[in-house]
Amino acid sequence: MSLTLPERPPTAPAGDVPEAPRIVPARRTGQRITAVVVLVLLGLAINSVVRNDAFQWGVVADYFATTAVLRGLWLTVWLTAVVMALGFALGTLLAVLRLSTNPVLRAVSWGYVWLFRSTPILVQLLFWFNIGALYPHILGVRTVDLMGPVTVAVVGLTLHEAAYAAEVVRGGILSVPRGQLEAAQSLGLSRLRRLRRIVLPQAMRSIVPPAGNMLIGTLKGTSIVSIIAVNDLLYSTQLIYHRTYQVVPLLLVATLWYVVVTSLLSVVQYYVERHYARGSADAR
Amino acid sequence: MSTAMVEVRSVHKSFGSLEVLRGVDLDVRAGEVTVVLGPSGSGKSTLLRTINHLEKVDSGWITVDGTLVGYRRSGDKLYELREREVLKQRTQIGFVFQNFNLFPHLTVLDNVVEAPVAALKRPRKAAVAAAEKLLARVGLSDKADAYPKQLSGGQQQRVAIARALALEPKLLLFDEPTSALDPELVGEVLDVIKDLAASGTTMIVVTHEIGFAREVADTVVFMDEGAIVEQGPPAEVLDAPRHERTRAFLSKVL
Repeated sequence: MSLTLPERPPTAPAGDVPEAPRIVPARRTGQRITAVVVLVLLGLAINSVVRNDAFQWGVVADYFATTAVLRGLWLTVWLTAVVMALGFALGTLLAVLRLSTNPVLRAVSWGYVWLFRSTPILVQLLFWFNIGALYPHILGVRTVDLMGPVTVAVVGLTLHEAAYAAEVVRGGILSVPRGQLEAAQSLGLSRLRRLRRIVLPQAMRSIVPPAGNMLIGTLKGTSIVSIIAVNDLLYSTQLIYHRTYQVVPLLLVATLWYVVVTSLLSVVQYYVERHYARGSADAR
Repeated sequence: MSTAMVEVRSVHKSFGSLEVLRGVDLDVRAGEVTVVLGPSGSGKSTLLRTINHLEKVDSGWITVDGTLVGYRRSGDKLYELREREVLKQRTQIGFVFQNFNLFPHLTVLDNVVEAPVAALKRPRKAAVAAAEKLLARVGLSDKADAYPKQLSGGQQQRVAIARALALEPKLLLFDEPTSALDPELVGEVLDVIKDLAASGTTMIVVTHEIGFAREVADTVVFMDEGAIVEQGPPAEVLDAPRHERTRAFLSKVL
């Protein structure tokens, strides 16, 4: 069994260590031109925004941190927090019902999600705002006294949020492999313990990204309560520009605050995701 | 001389129109190792899963240590137990899965501690001490704080065995414990199982490892098409099988 070696390439003389040829990356002329064009366009756009006096940046600065605006911001933030917390609590319950073995509970959960996803949030809010027309008294109290605009906002947004949260949580629960449940069952873990300790923590990995999306959507979505005169971030700026007619700068105040808060929430989401990724291959 | 730890009597089980178990009878005596062999789809894993009620039987019954599994007998009827009672029974029957099924979000130690604390209401401190001993027994003391994904398949399966042992079960069920492992990792898991066998733990092992069966089994059971074809000591079933189907199967896997 003899083996003939291939001849050395002629450029490498025998005995010498052959020098490795140098690698030259392809020239990306097109890429550079595109980048320059985009940067120029971006510069022109920024310039036009900064130099256009109609934006009234001075007015924006004047109102940015006024008490009225900060109060509105605070309401928007806590309303978002309360709606998210209650919405996901109710949504988790709905998801568990939907996955139960009891057909009546399954149907009720399905029906809830169907109803609250089928109608616009604006219609739902107006409906809750006028609930007094259907039920003038609730538990002996006048409905109008019980359901002030802020309560209507909390109730309306929460019930709507829960329908979406239910689907997000259900998807998360279904993403947990069946073997995890079987292992927990074979170890004698109770139903509640399995859900709390084994299933939900693993489901969180699939729940957090869409939940983060929902959180940001809810923060912005709360601006809809301005139509029932709840003094949120948007409504507080509207109250000012109805008085001063400086519409655009005050909308910019609201816009900038929404951007600030959503950006902070994105950072929080990153850390929450990292927390729930522990123990997975792509952790750290 | 020894008593029956497991009795399986005329167990039938179908998935839809597919009959997976067609009247299985099996006795396992306390302290013995029973190895179940058979081709894929012969019903051996399903049989194992009926013994801790992960699968419900369609007819027949199973006892573990003299207690009916999953049912309560009254007159000539078997009443299905509530989930809580089934869960209590399961704490006495350890189950080791083909794919380990460790909880990936918990550390190795927490995987082992979870059931004693949650199901047996042991104080955490005592459970941790017991878990550390078990991890030492399977040779993984240094991995207590690791997460399952950071371990090799063989190490994960050894953790899964420690997790099952943490409930101090009367009976251990192994469902193809080495089938998901790279060949060079099979030995370390089989060594742990052999060690358990030597210490007198009652076990039923579904496997394709004929060498393991020969070395460790007190009884070898050969299943095919949802029924037990023959059973007996390894010397009989493996070296002098009486049935043609057993011979055909062994000639393929040996």
